[in-house]
Amino acid sequence: MSISNRRQFLAGTSALAGLSFLSLAGCGKTTDSIRVGFMLPYTGTYAKLGMAIENGFKLALRELGDNPFGKSIEFFTVDDESNPSKATDNANKIMTRDNVDVVIGTVHSGVAMGMIKVAQETGSLVIIPNAGANAATGTMCAPNVFRTSFSNWQPTHPLGRIMVEDGHKKSVFITWKYGAGEEALASFREGFEAAGGEVIKELFVPFPNVEFQAILTEVAALKPDAVACFFAGGGAVKFVKDYAAAGLKSSIPLYGSGFLTEGVLDAQGDAAEGITTTLHYADGLQNPKNLAFREAYRLAYSEEADVYAVQGYDAGLLLIKALQETSGDLSKKAQAINAMEGAKIDSPRGPWTMSRAHNPIQNFYTVKVNNGVNSVVGTAWEGLEDPAVGCDL
Amino acid sequence: MDAVTIFIQAMNGIQYGLLLFLVASGLTLIFGIMGVINIAHGSFYMIGAYLAWSFMGWIGNFWLGLFVGVVVAFVLGLVLEFLFIRFLYDKDHLQQVLVTYGLILIFSELRSVIWGDDVHSVAIPALLDGSIQLTENLAYPVYRIWLSSVCIVIAILMFLGIQHTRLGMMIRAGESDREMTKALGINIGLVYRFIFALGVSLAAFSGMISAPISSVFPGMGGQVLIVSFVVVVIGGLGSIKGAMVAALLVGLIDTFGKVTTLHIFGVNIFPEMAGMSIFALMALILMFRPQGIFGREH
Repeated sequence: MSISNRRQFLAGTSALAGLSFLSLAGCGKTTDSIRVGFMLPYTGTYAKLGMAIENGFKLALRELGDNPFGKSIEFFTVDDESNPSKATDNANKIMTRDNVDVVIGTVHSGVAMGMIKVAQETGSLVIIPNAGANAATGTMCAPNVFRTSFSNWQPTHPLGRIMVEDGHKKSVFITWKYGAGEEALASFREGFEAAGGEVIKELFVPFPNVEFQAILTEVAALKPDAVACFFAGGGAVKFVKDYAAAGLKSSIPLYGSGFLTEGVLDAQGDAAEGITTTLHYADGLQNPKNLAFREAYRLAYSEEADVYAVQGYDAGLLLIKALQETSGDLSKKAQAINAMEGAKIDSPRGPWTMSRAHNPIQNFYTVKVNNGVNSVVGTAWEGLEDPAVGCDL
Repeated sequence: MDAVTIFIQAMNGIQYGLLLFLVASGLTLIFGIMGVINIAHGSFYMIGAYLAWSFMGWIGNFWLGLFVGVVVAFVLGLVLEFLFIRFLYDKDHLQQVLVTYGLILIFSELRSVIWGDDVHSVAIPALLDGSIQLTENLAYPVYRIWLSSVCIVIAILMFLGIQHTRLGMMIRAGESDREMTKALGINIGLVYRFIFALGVSLAAFSGMISAPISSVFPGMGGQVLIVSFVVVVIGGLGSIKGAMVAALLVGLIDTFGKVTTLHIFGVNIFPEMAGMSIFALMALILMFRPQGIFGREH
């Protein structure tokens, strides 16, 4: 259920007001500004993620100073409410009405897919700072669409190898029954089987249901060597707590994609101790870039940066590459795309490059919860590249 | 699945069902007696959970927090009835849905302003923070057993209250014929206000006692509302007994649907379509009994 009618009305009227203002003030000045559009969730469950992405992005752009290449930077925002049914409308608003040079968006995969369809028609530059749907840099890949986060294939792929190395060959996989969960499962199975493991059962919970007791009873009856899972946010908190309360934690170790403990560790408390995950970022990465980034973020926003802030920050760094190449004129699209394709991003997560399908080729870290902190215990996979099935770029 | 596992799974299903009953009973009470479809019911559940989280932080005592929370929810119910709901009794369902949908928006925004959009967790009170070892590697949390007992006690109280007290008599009279009850000198407006506040308290109470096992997050109200409606529709709108039977049915089917493997002609029914099982049950029952299991024909 989404918050819609009233908000839609408000958004509509304010947009109307903004439009008339723009047509008066913006006339003939378009070449003097770099027009950046945010299509992110500012309300709903993912509101916090949207904000972290915007904060990270703006932090990166500070490097350019106030008037990069003699231009000002104008920001436009659309609240996509993580609502796929409004994705086309919202994407059209920001790409056509606001006529931005580049769109930063979004968090929800369903919304991102709608957005990409519009971008394929309008040719607008898009940088995806979170949504993981494989298709975005797979079957739906496009020259003008880039991603600075991950594909759903990536985070669970290295997990299997780690588990087999830890001596767990029979495992159960548990996830929500929805797109991201099924993509995470498919890639886990691939990686786990390649390493010599066997998935003895897949268990699903309808999204976003959080009643896990039945699943946990089944796990106890099956007695696998280990359990792997994909959950995030509120569901991740509940799953981890229920897993511990069912007494399974001590006998069957729990593994997951990094989103299981990312940003929710405080709420999970002791129940999360000892969980091993794989992700392209960890708060505790000790490289100088990350330390500097976290310090700057803390100073600017008085809160701790998370993986979403890093993805937003990297979207900013990527855009800077394009701006530098085109001297701030993003209408030179071919040049901008070229610069972004060849970009080497010196990210807080460690350096990464763009794959042919425009998805990061990046390191994945093994992260273990230790005394309430996500601590990095090693690199699970160096330079992991999404196979980009179905992409002809 | 061996016998022990089946037994434990049945226990899981019943426990989930009892919790659903607690939420759904408030919904069905308000509809059955006052004729108001209150889709803001899930919001009260969410508010309850957030209240539990706040009070645990401020007071530090789960039980005291629970008591204060119920009182706050009851007062909130009285105020809401006075401000909005009492104008809805003689309106059609569409208007009721619109007003209560408005309440969802307001509460969701208030929640965002007051508590933010973060996920929180509430600690299980020390007294109940343990597990009973059932099999060699599975423990059952004591808190869940306590939860089930509380739900059963409330169900019995509710049944006795409605069938055997003076207030219950007034409530049943008001349900049958509002005008006639008024003519007999009963202040039916007051009775309705009490019922609505009771329904709100029930939802908030469910949210509060679920908070330690379900964590506290913005979308929790919407989730529980949908399942509650399924329960109420299956059981028959307005029937407490129906809500109980339906809640247990839904709990059991949901539980076994998730863990059973069933293929028919090569088509993966369970667990592939487990998410649909309770809705399929609802469709099936509505086909043969459109008024629900214990619903009265209108």
